[in-house]
Amino acid sequence: MIALDHLSLSIHGTPILRDVSLDLAPGEIMGLVGESGSGKSMTALAIMGLLPQGARATGAIRLDGADLLTQSEAQLCAMRGNQIGMIFQEPMTALNPVQTIGDQVAETLIIHGKANRAEAQRIARDRLDRVGLSQIALARFPHELSGGQRQRACIAAAIARNPRLLIADEPTTALDVTTQAQILDLLKSLVTNEGMALLLITHDLAVVADMADRIGVMQSGQIVEMGPTAHVLAERRHPYTAALFAASSHRPNRTAQPAPEPLLRVANVIRSYPGPRRGLRRGPAVAAVNDVSFTLHKGESLGLVGESGCGKSTLTRAILGLDPVQGGDIQIFGQSIVPRMPAALRAGIQVVFQDPYGSFNPRWRVEKIVAEPFHLLANAPQGRARRDRVAEALSAVRLSPGDMVKYPHEFSGGQRQRIAIARALITRPKILVLDEAVSALDVSVRARILDLLAALQGELGLSYLFISHDLTVVRAITDRVLVIQAGQIVEEGPTAQVFDAPQHPYTRQLITAAPRLPDLERAHI
Amino acid sequence: MSRLPTALWIGATLSGVFLIAALISLVWVPHAVDGVAIANRLQPPSPAHWLGTDQLGRDLLSMLMVGAQTSLAVAVIAVGIGVALGVPLGLAAAANRGGLLDEVIMRGNDLIFAFPSLVIAILITARYGPSASNAILAIGIFNIPVFARVARGAALPLWTLDYILAARTAGKGKIRISAEHILPNIMNLLIVQATIQFSLGILAEAALSYVGLGAQPPIPSWGRMLAEAQTMIYTHPMLAVLPGLAIVLMVLGLNLMGDGLRDLLDPRLRRGRA
Repeated sequence: MIALDHLSLSIHGTPILRDVSLDLAPGEIMGLVGESGSGKSMTALAIMGLLPQGARATGAIRLDGADLLTQSEAQLCAMRGNQIGMIFQEPMTALNPVQTIGDQVAETLIIHGKANRAEAQRIARDRLDRVGLSQIALARFPHELSGGQRQRACIAAAIARNPRLLIADEPTTALDVTTQAQILDLLKSLVTNEGMALLLITHDLAVVADMADRIGVMQSGQIVEMGPTAHVLAERRHPYTAALFAASSHRPNRTAQPAPEPLLRVANVIRSYPGPRRGLRRGPAVAAVNDVSFTLHKGESLGLVGESGCGKSTLTRAILGLDPVQGGDIQIFGQSIVPRMPAALRAGIQVVFQDPYGSFNPRWRVEKIVAEPFHLLANAPQGRARRDRVAEALSAVRLSPGDMVKYPHEFSGGQRQRIAIARALITRPKILVLDEAVSALDVSVRARILDLLAALQGELGLSYLFISHDLTVVRAITDRVLVIQAGQIVEEGPTAQVFDAPQHPYTRQLITAAPRLPDLERAHI
Repeated sequence: MSRLPTALWIGATLSGVFLIAALISLVWVPHAVDGVAIANRLQPPSPAHWLGTDQLGRDLLSMLMVGAQTSLAVAVIAVGIGVALGVPLGLAAAANRGGLLDEVIMRGNDLIFAFPSLVIAILITARYGPSASNAILAIGIFNIPVFARVARGAALPLWTLDYILAARTAGKGKIRISAEHILPNIMNLLIVQATIQFSLGILAEAALSYVGLGAQPPIPSWGRMLAEAQTMIYTHPMLAVLPGLAIVLMVLGLNLMGDGLRDLLDPRLRRGRA
């Protein structure tokens, strides 16, 4: 039905795609896997005819024999939404916040002149029912919906005209695992029941392993391997596929041994926000973290797992002494953590954040960035000694001391995360809080950062509080794990035990929902 | 920086011409502007008086040059007042988002915004009498909430970024974070806003002088030149056209420069153009 024939693409002379060929039949799911910058999304945009300015494409994109590359913008407009629908990664920004859900789903129908307003609303209702939003009124606005509901609404809009090809670009990356499982199920049922073809673009091998009939693996603008899912995953003929597969399930070699010496003690902590305003008064306070207690020991890695909105971030900010607690107590080294705590105490607990792009002042050089926590030390090294310490921290994270004169934008995502770790280590803290520290990284980069964290823990005797929604990562790097739901810890125990024999229904739900790579070593024989 | 936006070039050239004229007038003008020579009144352009003379026999070119000096001085100081008071207030409001200080600063801003600079100027003049310095004060006060709002609006999204959290975990306080992290990152917006306020300041000065609330005789000012030319607009239109043209070109130049600077300093727009 749709076929890409040796599609090559360059933007302002820079080659982006080379000889990409693929084809899709009705009712088929093709998974396109690769890391960031591999050209997955550009392939999708090329099919939609939504390439950025200065892009030059050669080859052919055939939809039922007609070459889309040679069609006029008007012809492409008639095709978009009508023949091909698309779903994007971020459901928060893919919907117009000032239009109702119903109008946005109906929009495609009205644009293509296929329905009058009343008819379009009726079809919109039907599509929303189809994607499992039957309880959502057409007049609701996007901000009244949860992330998963918004992504369903996006899907409803994409299938409004019953397109024959649906392109989903990282449709579940921004969603929690349980929501992800539901959205993937929905996409699968659309393909089976409506006979659509689905091009599923993702960085996550485990997602396509469950879903796709065929997989194409992309690297630097080329499809390096393509074939039926089971074959590709079992044989991994191309070294890049093998590397991607290994990195996805990578477990760093951990040498650190936890000692029974408590460093961080969280006791019955309550964090609440003022309730919503009702006229002049405020409603009852909303507890984001409710009576949470745990202890982090010396040299230990403690995982904190939960979905978005469970209170992880709120708790993290309290542990870092950025926000006050409304009840209970947090202590490190026997002293209470409060926003006005002494600087020397703060130096003992440092943090690495998720976003390798938002973590640094873009106008500062790496030297100044890494040295910033020296502000906490009463007798911080100056001049040459200061530079030596920065160089030492950069070497510790396997960067070159010469990198300190560069600006953050000169580094890749993985390198930036190394800089963030160097900054966290500069005051020689005992505890490192890793707040989704590897979640935004590509699998191969993530594997290397996990190795680095494991090695640093062994070398420096660090304790990690590892906060993440990603179960695979938590399993790989932690000794003990806490599962948090709606501000409360519902299960805790040694990592292997919690994962292999979960006790609480919520933990079980999380573990079942997480997509897993099939155990192909055994299947392959 | 290889290619500067065209708007920036044109704007900077126009503004530059007036700036140079104003600077030259500090040390030299073709003819003195405070002398009255009725014998020379209303002369057409000639080698002695390039642009002719006005109804009191003063050289128009010299009047325009000194007028540029008045306009620029008023606008510079008024923008200076706005930046010096408005930016710290805006940063403080952003640092205490949702707090009492934020509320107080922003509602105070709304209060000032409710009075146009002309009304403030009339109030000040009614109390202290008309003068150039009172015009500066009136325009300056009007600039404070403008800069406070721009600074607060630009600073708010920055406060949620991880590098601000990192600075807080490094034990830095709100004032230090505002100075080290926030201010340098909103500077481009402030510079662009300053050029816009600068052109508005020139317009406001002209308006205040036109109604007699700005610079007082014998200090030349474009606005008062317009006012004085009013009665002779049909017999000697050049008397009104020249100061009018000066105001238009200066404001146009500054606005173009502001647009150009925005394109140059905003990395998102830069990428869009590339």
